[in-house]
Amino acid sequence: MTARILALHLAVLAALFAAQFVLPSYHVTSLARIMVLAVFAMGYNIAFGYTGLLSLGHALFFAAGMYGAGLPALHFGVGGGTALILGLLAGGALAGAAGLLALRTAGVSFMIVTLMFAQAGYLTILYFAEYTRGNDGFPVPATARSLFGFALSGDRMRYMTALLLFSAAMLACLALVRSRFGRIMVAMRENEERSRMLGYNPYAVKLTALAISGLYAGLAGAAYALLFGYAGASFAGIQYSILPLLYVLTGGAGTVLGPLVGTAVMFWLTDIASGLTSAWLMVVGVALVALTLFAPRGMLGLIRERWAKWLP
Amino acid sequence: MSFGPFLLLALMEGMVMAAVLALTAVGLSLVFGTMRVVNVAHGEFFMLGAVIAWFVADHLGGAAWMNFAVALVVAPLVVAAIAVLADRLVLRRLNYEPEATIVATIGLLYILQQAALSLFGPDARPVPAPFELRLQLPWFGWSGYKVFVILAAGAILLAVWFLMTRTRAGLIMRATQIDRDTARAFGIDTDKVYALVFGLGAGLAALGAVLVVPIQQAHYLMGGDPLLLSFIVVIIGGLGSIRGTLVAALVIGLSDGVIAMFYTATLAKILATLLVALVLVFRPQGLFGAKA
Amino acid sequence: MTRTITTPDQTVLTRRKVVKGIGAGLIASAAMPGYVQAQAAPLKLGFQVHRTGIGASYGRWYERVANSALKVVNEGGGIAGRAVEIVFEDDGTDPKRGAEVVEKLVSQHKVDLIFGPLFSHVVIGSAPRAGELKVPYLVCSEGNHVASGLTNRWTLQPGITDVRSQVQAMAPWVAQNLGKKITMIYPDYAFGHDHRDSFEPAIKAQGGEVIAKIGIPATETSFTRYFAQIPRETEVIYHVMIGPSVLTFVKELGEFYGTGARPEIFGFIDSLEGVDMTAPGLGFLEGTHFWEGQCRYKQADATDAETFYRAAVGVDDNGASLADPKDVSTYAHMFSVWETLFVIKAGIEASGYQTTADRQKFVEAIEAMTAFDFGREHPQGEKIFNGKTHQAFGIQNISKVTDGKLIRVHRTTIGDGLYPDQVDYTTQSF
Repeated sequence: MTARILALHLAVLAALFAAQFVLPSYHVTSLARIMVLAVFAMGYNIAFGYTGLLSLGHALFFAAGMYGAGLPALHFGVGGGTALILGLLAGGALAGAAGLLALRTAGVSFMIVTLMFAQAGYLTILYFAEYTRGNDGFPVPATARSLFGFALSGDRMRYMTALLLFSAAMLACLALVRSRFGRIMVAMRENEERSRMLGYNPYAVKLTALAISGLYAGLAGAAYALLFGYAGASFAGIQYSILPLLYVLTGGAGTVLGPLVGTAVMFWLTDIASGLTSAWLMVVGVALVALTLFAPRGMLGLIRERWAKWLP
Repeated sequence: MSFGPFLLLALMEGMVMAAVLALTAVGLSLVFGTMRVVNVAHGEFFMLGAVIAWFVADHLGGAAWMNFAVALVVAPLVVAAIAVLADRLVLRRLNYEPEATIVATIGLLYILQQAALSLFGPDARPVPAPFELRLQLPWFGWSGYKVFVILAAGAILLAVWFLMTRTRAGLIMRATQIDRDTARAFGIDTDKVYALVFGLGAGLAALGAVLVVPIQQAHYLMGGDPLLLSFIVVIIGGLGSIRGTLVAALVIGLSDGVIAMFYTATLAKILATLLVALVLVFRPQGLFGAKA
Repeated sequence: MTRTITTPDQTVLTRRKVVKGIGAGLIASAAMPGYVQAQAAPLKLGFQVHRTGIGASYGRWYERVANSALKVVNEGGGIAGRAVEIVFEDDGTDPKRGAEVVEKLVSQHKVDLIFGPLFSHVVIGSAPRAGELKVPYLVCSEGNHVASGLTNRWTLQPGITDVRSQVQAMAPWVAQNLGKKITMIYPDYAFGHDHRDSFEPAIKAQGGEVIAKIGIPATETSFTRYFAQIPRETEVIYHVMIGPSVLTFVKELGEFYGTGARPEIFGFIDSLEGVDMTAPGLGFLEGTHFWEGQCRYKQADATDAETFYRAAVGVDDNGASLADPKDVSTYAHMFSVWETLFVIKAGIEASGYQTTADRQKFVEAIEAMTAFDFGREHPQGEKIFNGKTHQAFGIQNISKVTDGKLIRVHRTTIGDGLYPDQVDYTTQSF
């Protein structure tokens, strides 16, 4: 069974590798975007899908990564590798700090508290506009847009970097959810009381899960800034908290590949709809409603339920 | 401006904000309280109410107070009908499962927003107040209509409170809220109750919008702000507690107004936001909710 | 890099100025439209439009103006003898989507170049991608970000004066006619900060002073309490606001002062762009002043070019749509789309642009331009163009609200708005 799981995920990675040679160039770049956003969604899935933490504040952690990488690059000229690591850490640290407070609440209150934190973060970016360039944002300097001497603005290098980050994130996620800790996370989601009685500390487990989730979001934010060359406050807005939720629910909460599927489906749905009609919001809206009605566990959730019980 | 009038103005504006908050939140509080449904599209019902008020004013072309009176009746009815339809077609089929409802109402949000954009257009449009009255104080002038909004908000809250605590309908709603299965066992058609509550919540949002729109403007993106704020009010106030909603609206409205006096505006918003978050962290059941 | 300065009077055919040094062949192709005509495929221009999101009320008019200008261009024989088409893509007024749209227009629609965006965060978010794809990106955004060096060699702003210049040009008139103690009210983010940071030194140079700066958060929908912070000794209120709440902002300003004594009021028309001046509650604006890029109301001395443009974009004498008098245009800004299309025409014809391989030549041809003559192609007025900073500089208008209409009382000179170069893009690589 483990072999089957591993084979499936490696096949997905191989397909993503091959895609860059097959797809037209527009979709290659789109796929690079999708992979980075899927890392974000994967992080969200660790908190929401596996641990049951419905956060509406993940834009804060994504933005932490984006600015954690972008600001040192802008003001101190740090290189790409350092910026990426700083972004990753910023996301994790902020998620940990927010979790310390927010995890004292649960359910809808948790949702609102995380939302308020994210809103405060967004306003903070605007408040320190002198350093962050506020709502306008800034193009990430070329010095930070290279890794090991390769320019990230080149299409091939960008795609490969996105793929590399995505692969690492996905394999780590797979390892995490199949580990002992992963099962404890799910236990928190299913029945917090019972797992407490079994001797686990729910607060510590959830805090760890949220911090890991923040690391993912931070990595994604940093990668987005470096690969696509722009950091701006709009990425800290509430819609970037809703997006990963949407991606995860579309693809299937609590599945390793769900975030990728959900991100890709939503990305292309929006893209195609906006090409066909100016009323593309309507198309997305109807799709969401239809999804909840006819595939409430998300696409992969449906597949797992019907055909492939072994899907992690 | 010297400190006294400055404080007076901040308090008056804070009261208006509290009234607007209470108006947008009371419907959400009902829905949230009774159905435990997180309706992300609530702000869009508010927006629809404002847009309908504009259509009425624009197409009827009568006196401002007449248009206002018509909108006061038409907007809540139309919006409530849309909400009942959404409940029947979507929410009930989802069995009001929390996560599915969130996604479905996000979908609904997009649908309503796009419908407003397509039919109403992207511009912000003014709706005349039913009466033009400016209060000229020694230090500054103030819109007399704002006083009316405060009074109307109070009246509506009172009416909802009366409905919930003094009528049979309210009794049924509270019964359904406390224990849906038992209520059903006692012969209450809970499906019908849910549909009506959802419609009532949306209608109240629309009603609030008709009242508020003369001091703001109708715009297809205007639903985002009330949504956020009314969630905060409802949670801080405690689920389904009308009294809590009122107090929370006052606390948030006034603190927002007064904090803005001492700090630059953006910093004030940051502080107010964090303050609300911390209230929730240290009193998660809200100010007036029972301990969960 | 070949770049030669021309004298302002050099005119090639269509009242535009083109550098001599680029080569006789190029001039020849420009001078002979129709010479590649027969089987040449149409020229495809990409347009990044704010159809949804907070920029939508501008975007709708920008799209209309683009289509009107396109009609005029095609009826006049196209560009370099080729028919022209425009592909519009909605960017949702979002920088992320903006960059994707640039990508989509270039890679999927295979456009020759891109123009049109207004909101500065969209421009700044999209410009890096345009630079990577090496596609000319002509923005209509007024922000100082092009001239300040924040963008790249492929990003140009030839159709409208930037905010820094506009604001600077206002200071002398404000100081001489309205007062010297100024309170500024502006949105507390980049666009507003451009105003704040440009106006303060400019008014100081005129012997004036900014005595209070009131930044209003982007998300605000109610404004009265901010007005309480206006100091009593204020002589002039300088206001600029943007977004869907602008009308509320102005109305509440009126309520706040009411019939009592009030300072002079000077605003950027952004605070009322796309809004009917006769909306209820705006009566107090009578006698106040506004900056306008182009005058919304048809002025008594309107020129032929202005009249032609107004009719072509379907706008009546009050600045509203001919089809619906309640549909007020974004008249003060939207000329930038029209003028940008004609700069594109001039650039393509001057560079001898044939295929996407000639994109660099196109940018170089624009960089070589130094001025645009007033006329049907530039109905807002003459402009000078700085090839180093990629920025155009033009005349600004100050209008006074008189009987509910905006009547121009002052025209600045181009010189009023000039400032030292902040960047030299021509030294950057392509």
